[in-house]
Amino acid sequence: MKLGYFPGCTLKTNAKHFEDSAMQVMELLGQPLEEMENWICCGTVFSMTTDDLMLQLASIRNLLRAENQGYDELVTLCSMCYNTLKRAKEFILNDEENLRKVNDFMYREEAKFKGTTDVVHLLSILKDRITFDEIKNKVTKPLTDLKIGAYYGCLLVRPKELAIDDFEDPTIMEELVDTLGGEGVVFPYRLECCGAYQTVTEKDVTVKRTYEIINSARNAGCEALITSCPLCAFNLDQRQKETSEEFLEFSTMPVFYFTELMAIALGLKWNKDWKKLHYINPVPLLKEKGLI
Amino acid sequence: MKKIGVFICHCGINIKDTVDVERLTIELENYPGVAYIENYMFMCSDPGQNHIQDAIRENKLDGVVVAACSPTLHESTFQAVLKESGLNEYQMEIANIREQCSWVHTDIEQATHKAKLIIKTAIEKLKLNESLYPVSAPVTKKALVIGGGISGIQAALDIADAGFEVIMVEKKPSIGGHMIQLSETFPTLDCSQCILTPKMVAINKHKNIKLYVNSEVESIDGYIGNFNVKIKQKALYVDPHKCNLCDDCTEVCPVLVPNEQEEGLSWRKAIYIPFPQAIPATYTLDLENCLGLEPIACGKCREKCTAEAINYDAADMIIEEEVGAVIIATGFDLYPVENIPEYGYGKYPDVITSLQFERILSATGPTGGEIYRPSDGKVPKEIVFVQCSGSRDPEHHLSYCSKICCMYTLKHAKLYKHKVHNGQPYIFYIDIRAGGKLYEEFVQQAVSEEGILYIRGKVAKIYKEGDKMIVVGMDTLSGKKIEIKADLVVLAMGIVPSEGSHDLVKTLKINTDDKGFLSEAHPKLRPVESLQAGFYLAGTSQGPRDIPDSVSQASGAAAKALILLSSDKIYHSPIIASVDEDLCSGCAICVGTCPYGARELNEVSKVVEVNEILCEGCGACISACPSGAAQQKNLTDDQIDNMIQIIASGK
Repeated sequence: MKLGYFPGCTLKTNAKHFEDSAMQVMELLGQPLEEMENWICCGTVFSMTTDDLMLQLASIRNLLRAENQGYDELVTLCSMCYNTLKRAKEFILNDEENLRKVNDFMYREEAKFKGTTDVVHLLSILKDRITFDEIKNKVTKPLTDLKIGAYYGCLLVRPKELAIDDFEDPTIMEELVDTLGGEGVVFPYRLECCGAYQTVTEKDVTVKRTYEIINSARNAGCEALITSCPLCAFNLDQRQKETSEEFLEFSTMPVFYFTELMAIALGLKWNKDWKKLHYINPVPLLKEKGLI
Repeated sequence: MKKIGVFICHCGINIKDTVDVERLTIELENYPGVAYIENYMFMCSDPGQNHIQDAIRENKLDGVVVAACSPTLHESTFQAVLKESGLNEYQMEIANIREQCSWVHTDIEQATHKAKLIIKTAIEKLKLNESLYPVSAPVTKKALVIGGGISGIQAALDIADAGFEVIMVEKKPSIGGHMIQLSETFPTLDCSQCILTPKMVAINKHKNIKLYVNSEVESIDGYIGNFNVKIKQKALYVDPHKCNLCDDCTEVCPVLVPNEQEEGLSWRKAIYIPFPQAIPATYTLDLENCLGLEPIACGKCREKCTAEAINYDAADMIIEEEVGAVIIATGFDLYPVENIPEYGYGKYPDVITSLQFERILSATGPTGGEIYRPSDGKVPKEIVFVQCSGSRDPEHHLSYCSKICCMYTLKHAKLYKHKVHNGQPYIFYIDIRAGGKLYEEFVQQAVSEEGILYIRGKVAKIYKEGDKMIVVGMDTLSGKKIEIKADLVVLAMGIVPSEGSHDLVKTLKINTDDKGFLSEAHPKLRPVESLQAGFYLAGTSQGPRDIPDSVSQASGAAAKALILLSSDKIYHSPIIASVDEDLCSGCAICVGTCPYGARELNEVSKVVEVNEILCEGCGACISACPSGAAQQKNLTDDQIDNMIQIIASGK
């Protein structure tokens, strides 16, 4: 079984700490991630808003290249890449007409698209392949006394056909937190919309969402949030700046990628550069809990 | 050779517009065997039937082919015509040139040619038809009613009042079903228990009714009019004749388990009476939760019982009964609320089901009819009712409408307002379905006078904040997302066939639809009969319905069963399988293929025999038989060969 890694745009820029931590964690768990060659934009979820085949081409080209490079599975860290690639694949493969048209259009590519490479999210690999029991054995610095809310947003669980867990009541990330010795807290707004791309044109919408989501987490006892989506992370973390300006009583909360906390719990060194990519400084909380 | 008459029907324009009936008449006039032929506008009409009778008499016909609609519609009509004319009714064949020809074609040339072939096959088949006589069997004049809810009770009382014996089997310790759990009933708000308990008492006192509670049907063998039933009755640890209902045993019992009758809102002991008006009025020892029948383990109840009614040595019993008809009234369960995790049932005590709210409203319920919420016993000032919880959601839950929830939810909201005057009920709904006598008026009065707020939309999720339940939903009329801080949330759960119903259909091989509800023989014209002869359907085992509809259907099922029970004999179509004893090698391959258990190998003669009453004429054995010994009457291999030759020749 050959695993390929599809980074996507943000993992090389704003979410570099997501990629770095994931790479290190997977190395340590004996399943290193091998970046596929020649990848391009995943297509982003916009490609799924209409049934325009043209918009699926970016996703399909990535999958075709992964196929040609011999990968059985393509792992993504970013929830949106996971969602887009997987849905595009289903959309094209489940309709002969679509498949034919796409292949006709890509006649200059070296081979026809067959759809033999599966798209998998890293969380599924951790739970099903490596198993949480195995991870638990490797924890050297448990996240003791750290109460963490897992923020799923939409892309990991909807539509339900590609949900990585129960689409109404997922627990995979809370289980992971528990595995790392922390306390996974289920909070009401963990599946609410973060505001997504409204952050660009209607910033106020996102600010309100951030306010509600962080407050919901705080009321449930969370001290920090984890997520696997760079867009959610941007909205929930960076937008806390505007949220604090808009709502004076608002108190901030650090937001991590789940792999950052995994890295800490598995005894890897906290990289000081990661801090720069956080808006809300996570270091005081980590120090308070004796984790760095 | 037989003298055959051919009668071609125009069916108004249904056949005539696509099939050239005049040309058919001319072309078939000289076909071998045809002694008479005519066409007419409506063969099924009185004058049309007279044409056939006259032709039979004048031409001394031996058989008749009617080229018309499907035999499911008028086969019996034309069979009767032959019978009246002194011919055997099995000397009549229908050539279906409507559903299988004129309706599905547009080209007149081709349709006429096809009609001709269809009529010729019928003529060829008729040439070799034997005269047959219906198979008859006696009828056991007794009915079995499975399920002791309102539907089963009504059906049993109707049959018993008509003078026939009834065996009633109920799985639980008392009859009464779901209806006995309800507080008031819509749209009149009369007390459910008050109107049901007289009927329950009547069951108990009726000289024609024998009641088995704590019992399940284990098997039913035989056939319509002649069923052998095995009933498994759980051990009677408390002798109902000796028990004097003193309640001493319950007092000393140390075991507490959630009370099913109260939907888990209160507790009961392991030895208990389900509710004060239980029928039969006796105590039940619940073996699953009892500490043990060994006196060493506990034995407190037996020590205490002065009436000496408790016997730990009692054992399960198998009771055998013979009946002629079976009425299935196995009722419903609520759709499993765990399937909707986003509503938080089980996680939050103040999210309850509609049946739990019925118990809270009921004067005999755990709160004595006062409305308190389960978590802290406070009177809820705001209640949210969520209609269609599980219903009308084909993507995730049930595709169908559970039919009763709109009305019972409104009833809940009204009863709540009657008890908590300053309280505010909210109802989330998709549509309000109030089709029923006085139902719409019930809705309008509530909306205009009772201050009940309806919100059109679905609830997305429910969570707790402080001591409030936050209900997040959509108001689709304003297009806004809304949140209501409620004290109590009542989920109007959809309904599904009961668990007992699932088990029973497997045992009895009764047809169900894809939802598990029992299938009726015809959705419009035979709604209370099963496709399996001798079985009748009543109440929610067939589909979601309210009390008035359940009662009507139960009486309908009873009437159908009474037709059977009041006949001295039942008759069965003679178009069934037969065995040529000279050809049968006794390999018994056919025995395994018969879905009706109608074939048996005679161990002495080594020849397979057919039970003529059980055989439904499906033909499975005939295709399985390697030697051609199994033949269907009037559908023999020779007849089918001749028919195929006509079609294959294309002429």
